[in-house]
Amino acid sequence: MAELQLKDVRKSFGVVDVIKGVSLDIKSGEFMVFVGPSGCGKSTLLRLIAGLEDITSGTLEFDGQVVNSLAPSKRGIAMVFQSYALYPHMTVYDNMAFGMQLQGGTKDQIKKRVENAAELLQITPYLERLPKQLSGGQRQRVAIGRAIVRDPKVFLFDEPLSNLDAALRVATRLEIAKLHHSMNNVTMVYVTHDQVEAMTLADRICVLRDGIIEQVGTPLELYERPQSLFVAGFIGSPKMNFLNGKFADAFKANTIGIRSEHIEIKDGAGIWSGEVVHSENLGSDSYVYVDVGSSEPLIVRQNGTTTKQLGDKVQLAPIGDSVHRFDASGKPIAH
Amino acid sequence: MTTEDTVIGALAVRPPKAMRSELFVSRTRAAMWFLLPMIVALAVVAGWPLLRTIYFSFTDASLSNIAAAKYVGFYNYLNWTTLKSGRTLWGGVLADPAWWNAVWNTVRFAAISVVLETIIGMVVALVLNADFKGRGIVRAAILVPWAIPTIVSAKMWGWMLNDQFGIINDIFLKLHLIDHKIAWTATGDTAMTAVLVVDIWKTTPFMALLILAGLQMIPKDIYEATEIDGIHPIKTFFRVTLPLVRPALMVAVIFRLLDAMRIFDLIYVLTPNSAQTKTMSVISRENLIDFDKFAYGSAESTLLFLLIAVMTILYIWLGRVNLDGGDR
Amino acid sequence: MLWAYTKRTGFYLLVIAIVVESVFPFYYAILTSFKSGTSLFEVNYWPTQISWDNYAAVFQNGSFPQNLLNSIIIATLTVALALLFAVTAAYALSRVRFRGRSLLLLTILSVSMFPQIAVLAGLFEVIRTFGLFNTIWGLIFSYTIFTLPFTVWVLTTFMRDLPIEIEEAAIVDGASPWVIITKVFMPLMWPALVTTGLLAFIAAWNKFLFALTFTSSNSTRTVPVAIALLSGASQFEIPWGTIMAASVIVTVPLVVLVLIFQRKIISGLTAGGVKG
Repeated sequence: MAELQLKDVRKSFGVVDVIKGVSLDIKSGEFMVFVGPSGCGKSTLLRLIAGLEDITSGTLEFDGQVVNSLAPSKRGIAMVFQSYALYPHMTVYDNMAFGMQLQGGTKDQIKKRVENAAELLQITPYLERLPKQLSGGQRQRVAIGRAIVRDPKVFLFDEPLSNLDAALRVATRLEIAKLHHSMNNVTMVYVTHDQVEAMTLADRICVLRDGIIEQVGTPLELYERPQSLFVAGFIGSPKMNFLNGKFADAFKANTIGIRSEHIEIKDGAGIWSGEVVHSENLGSDSYVYVDVGSSEPLIVRQNGTTTKQLGDKVQLAPIGDSVHRFDASGKPIAH
Repeated sequence: MTTEDTVIGALAVRPPKAMRSELFVSRTRAAMWFLLPMIVALAVVAGWPLLRTIYFSFTDASLSNIAAAKYVGFYNYLNWTTLKSGRTLWGGVLADPAWWNAVWNTVRFAAISVVLETIIGMVVALVLNADFKGRGIVRAAILVPWAIPTIVSAKMWGWMLNDQFGIINDIFLKLHLIDHKIAWTATGDTAMTAVLVVDIWKTTPFMALLILAGLQMIPKDIYEATEIDGIHPIKTFFRVTLPLVRPALMVAVIFRLLDAMRIFDLIYVLTPNSAQTKTMSVISRENLIDFDKFAYGSAESTLLFLLIAVMTILYIWLGRVNLDGGDR
Repeated sequence: MLWAYTKRTGFYLLVIAIVVESVFPFYYAILTSFKSGTSLFEVNYWPTQISWDNYAAVFQNGSFPQNLLNSIIIATLTVALALLFAVTAAYALSRVRFRGRSLLLLTILSVSMFPQIAVLAGLFEVIRTFGLFNTIWGLIFSYTIFTLPFTVWVLTTFMRDLPIEIEEAAIVDGASPWVIITKVFMPLMWPALVTTGLLAFIAAWNKFLFALTFTSSNSTRTVPVAIALLSGASQFEIPWGTIMAASVIVTVPLVVLVLIFQRKIISGLTAGGVKG
């Protein structure tokens, strides 16, 4: 377990600034998720923590010790790569044992650690197999196992689920969450572009955009109190509805946002009225697209199957006090 | 604030140099050690001898007594003496008609062979790119000329082109293409043709394979799209295939061209002592070793080297070839 | 329908032409090598006799077996040495970012472009000075000028294609560059090493100019020079039968090797050429 501190970390590749001054405290034992759109720098930031890239300026501290100049293997980290990065010519056992062998562990010590990790991840039957004989999900577990054997202070995950199919992704997500609990809450830093993964796994989420931090907070904080238009639109699926112009004026704001699950279709009068232009039926819920006269239709969530048809005229109103108000610079206006 | 204060202030406020991770320092250091053996080897085996050859060209060195070489400036390249009668006698490589004949032979050979090898290589590559039964056999077959050592091909073809007992004369006579046996490798006019035939036979597979690699990088769906659009195959070739294979083609052509300019083995063995085929390499060696005009031969070698160097630089500059080792 | 049929036939005729044109000279050499006596002086398109006289003559020549051995030793050693130097150099050139890397690659490429004749004079002096004239080591030494750049170039291209994440995983595991090369890359690269070695071997086997110039006695000559200098009893008699037999002896192993490794060779040739 280790506490990480990033202090005004910057990274440039030649003349291109990728990380533009990131300061962040990651608590010991916390599950921190870096999330953001493509190109925001989340993977780069992870690689800076790992030591696979040089930090251009700023400091990175593990438990108060500056580690900028330390090689990755000396920082007490372990990394799970997006494409697993298993050594193709070595068995699963050798893959997991490689790091310890280099560091000079005894055969018994290595055997114990590898077998424990294999047990934890249920890959003991595969120890003598080669990676090419395993499925994607099994390979991913081996990659995690290899990281566990290192007994790291900080676990780093670089989009580990993106190469798996949807069902496997959900199952492995659960495994990773269980892993966090069973490993005495080791500090984990996890990078993903999928905000559902972020919301379900994280203790805290760090939303990045264009090399700077937009907001850091618990999933609920980001969901209920986004500190910018960007975060409001990024977190939550489907995307938050935004209205400006006369719609926002009515709430004395430059832009207002309201989530689809916070709008209801009223039998009587509502605040907005419009026509149904599209609907999506997912069985468990449905999403109704209503054109209320703004540039984009409002998406409204309904439980179960909707009764509304294309062309129906409906009245909409927000549920409770769930309208987010934003000023001209995209910052939230306090209630 | 005075100017000095501003400067001092600016310097003081400058952020400290980034702390380089020991990972990168150790990797770069390892890289230097890894490269050292190779660099030293190349310097000793290639760099130094090249410099010596250039040096010799500026001296009067001779094979039997290299150590006693004395500096003579550009004498070997160009010199002149004015006779009492007022006539100027020119000497040196640049005034030597044999040298210019060799240059002409080399250029002629290189141009014709590369053009023909490219065209025929393209045809063979197109054939190999198509899907048909027996493709493996064809691919294996064309590797045969490439695998045979040059000297052996020279002898094999020398035998086939033999004026008395050669099979080529036999076939041509039977097909009424000629009316008497031709001494292909001995007659001035036909010697270059003989050399070209053998070289094209031997090198076309190499060109074909390089072009084939380029062809195989073109996605198949482009051809499917042209089929749906109903474009004639010839038009498809010139408007679609050729532009897409151009990068690979250019690389293959330049490699071959530079290679062709340096040719020695084939000519030495197939058509020795033939003035119509003597190339720059051949005449250089002749002077260097056979005639013991060591310094003179060195000058010729240097000129050939310069020519190739200029061609290479031109190609890289014009093609702006990206030879970086990648972004790792 | 008729047009399609004509196209098809035309295509296959072209294919047959290519195959025949490629293989015929070699076939004819084999044919000739089995003839002896006066039948050499008739032109035949099909085998008329199988006589081993020429082959016997080749081996009784005295130095031909020695020449074969020389060629094998020289080609093997020069390739082995080149590979040794090239593996580590290729790692540095393909996986480590440093200033001047592209310049270095360019220089290596340009060395392989040197006309052999340009270094002949200088090499001659070096070889004489070190007493390597007319020795096997003299040739191994001089052949390095093309085997080394070639192997470096091809190996660099192959190494560049190895996935970077495997190397990063090894770095996280604490592997030094040397460990990465020996324990992670080499096991993955041995097919590439075999191909590169084979291509370099064939090229070295083929070399003529240096062998011609730096050796002066039959016992140190290599096969290309031996074949080029094969002469008959008198000045005017060229022993074509023997020459063909020697050619076949020298070529058959090469052709067999090339055919066995064709796929690898083709990928190796194109890796060096096209991606360059």
